[in-house]
Amino acid sequence: MKPVLLIDFGSTYTKVTAADIDSPRLLGTANSYTTVQTDINDGLADALIRLEKKTGKLDFCARYACSSAAGGLRMLASGLVPELTAEAAKTASLGAGAKVLKTYSFKLTEDDEEEIRRLDPDIFLLVGGTDGGNTDCITHNARVLARIGGTYPIILAGNRNAARECERILEGREVHICENVMPRFGTLNIEPTQKQIREVFLNRIVQAKGLTQASELISGIMMPTPSAVMTAMELLAKGTKNIPGIGDLVAVDVGGATTDIYSVAEGLPDDPRTSLKGLPEPYIKRTVEGDIGMRYSIHGIVDAAGLDRIAEAAGISEQRMGEIVDMFGENTDMLPYDEETQSADEALASFAVRVAVTRHAGRLEEVFGIGGLKLVQTGKNLLNVDKFIVTGGSLIHTKNTGRIASYGFYDEEDPTSLKPKSCEVLVDRSYIIAAMGLLSQYYPDAALTILKEELIKDGTSK
Amino acid sequence: MEKKTLVIGVIGADVHAVGNQILYHAFTDAGFNVINLGVMVSQEEFINAAIETNADAIVVSSLYGQGELDCRGLREKCNEAGLENILLYVGGNIVIGKQPFDEVEKRFKAMGFDRSFPPGTPPEVDIEALKEDLHIEE
Repeated sequence: MKPVLLIDFGSTYTKVTAADIDSPRLLGTANSYTTVQTDINDGLADALIRLEKKTGKLDFCARYACSSAAGGLRMLASGLVPELTAEAAKTASLGAGAKVLKTYSFKLTEDDEEEIRRLDPDIFLLVGGTDGGNTDCITHNARVLARIGGTYPIILAGNRNAARECERILEGREVHICENVMPRFGTLNIEPTQKQIREVFLNRIVQAKGLTQASELISGIMMPTPSAVMTAMELLAKGTKNIPGIGDLVAVDVGGATTDIYSVAEGLPDDPRTSLKGLPEPYIKRTVEGDIGMRYSIHGIVDAAGLDRIAEAAGISEQRMGEIVDMFGENTDMLPYDEETQSADEALASFAVRVAVTRHAGRLEEVFGIGGLKLVQTGKNLLNVDKFIVTGGSLIHTKNTGRIASYGFYDEEDPTSLKPKSCEVLVDRSYIIAAMGLLSQYYPDAALTILKEELIKDGTSK
Repeated sequence: MEKKTLVIGVIGADVHAVGNQILYHAFTDAGFNVINLGVMVSQEEFINAAIETNADAIVVSSLYGQGELDCRGLREKCNEAGLENILLYVGGNIVIGKQPFDEVEKRFKAMGFDRSFPPGTPPEVDIEALKEDLHIEE
């Protein structure tokens, strides 16, 4: 047996997973409650004791960690046009596992200046203009950032014709120049920026967040937790040299404050005559709905889906549903305690999934013109995706995961939304996806074997 | 001298792709940096592309007779978006039926289009006009 320890430093929990890479299998998981104030070594030591109570003493040959501690990798981004470079900046940051606090477009205002100073991000991503295109906006925004001051690094990935000028404006700051996120109009080039974000995270953020205290114990903190999840999802879809993957997939993680959706699929139109509108979509896409969550953002679910529909799905009165929503919103640690609150919680989770997957998926619209019917697709086509992965506390601890997940499927009442038509639902019951993403950096075959073993089918719906 | 940037496309629900494609090649060969948005392009898409690429001109094509409706308000939206000095051209079957072109041109002028071109205009004519209006010396 060759056990490896995988650690996820979260904001509230330190979670440990032990895996055997010799004959690949999950050995056990445990977690311990931590706060921002607690020394993270205490949380880790505590979690390890709990783990070894279950597994017996383990002699780890390697220890790897990911982190979303201290609010995760907090980023701000600014671009020029909202649908173009600003969207590209957001897509790049989310794809690198960041928590995007806000994305600005056009020239930063005095109010923005105040807000940026207050938010004090870990990284600022400054973009805008295609190569050879607009330079006014990015140079203006560089001047605003220079005026704001602060010590956070700035990644410049806008119009290359403005890069050096921006660097001069920001003299004295840590500035990293990357290739433009949109070098030519309508093309997306986010990988160089994502690589830079990861490097800054490793070199700087890990230290700044006090995670180096733990570094003697572990072989390395390798990535932000969402990045580990994305890595695992890509591995699961594509497979390794030796083991096949399961193909295109969608993954949902409904949390207390936000809901993350991942898709691994090209997402191209079924009918080749369809014209594509909007930015090209990345093969692995992550979106985060900041207003959709089971506790802190519970009112966002109600605003987006409607109290009446949620109450109907839960089979309780609208008034009672409203009371339960308020109660959960105020008591963010509260778990469902009876049948009624359980139904309410599951109905809320169902609509959280529906709203978030609908926002993630693309749309196909029919336009009648002189030339007859014309199909126009924006975003990703996920109709043919047939694997739906479910993770996150609110969904993996209920028996009805399959039914809740089916709210993320194609819906006849919203026929233009390109959500998956029919999916096998796989549940991350042991909550190991991020850990396997970490493990895959060194032992991809073992990580994939364990993922395929541990993700449990919860029926095929629809 | 620096290349001038043009944003081109077919406006509205119009799917006539061929003429626009010919313009793309002709303008590129003539030394312009051309951003081709293709068919079924909304006013907002023309404007967004022009902002990001710092375009010098927007060249709108329309073949299906609805051009006058589709183009209405484009100049005002450009002004609103900070593109006050951008050159606006339109060409094709831009109005319904056969109307005297000088009247059509007058109407499009009033809508803020610097130049309009009747059906069958060879690309060379547009290129000459662009060179003149953008002060490009041979």
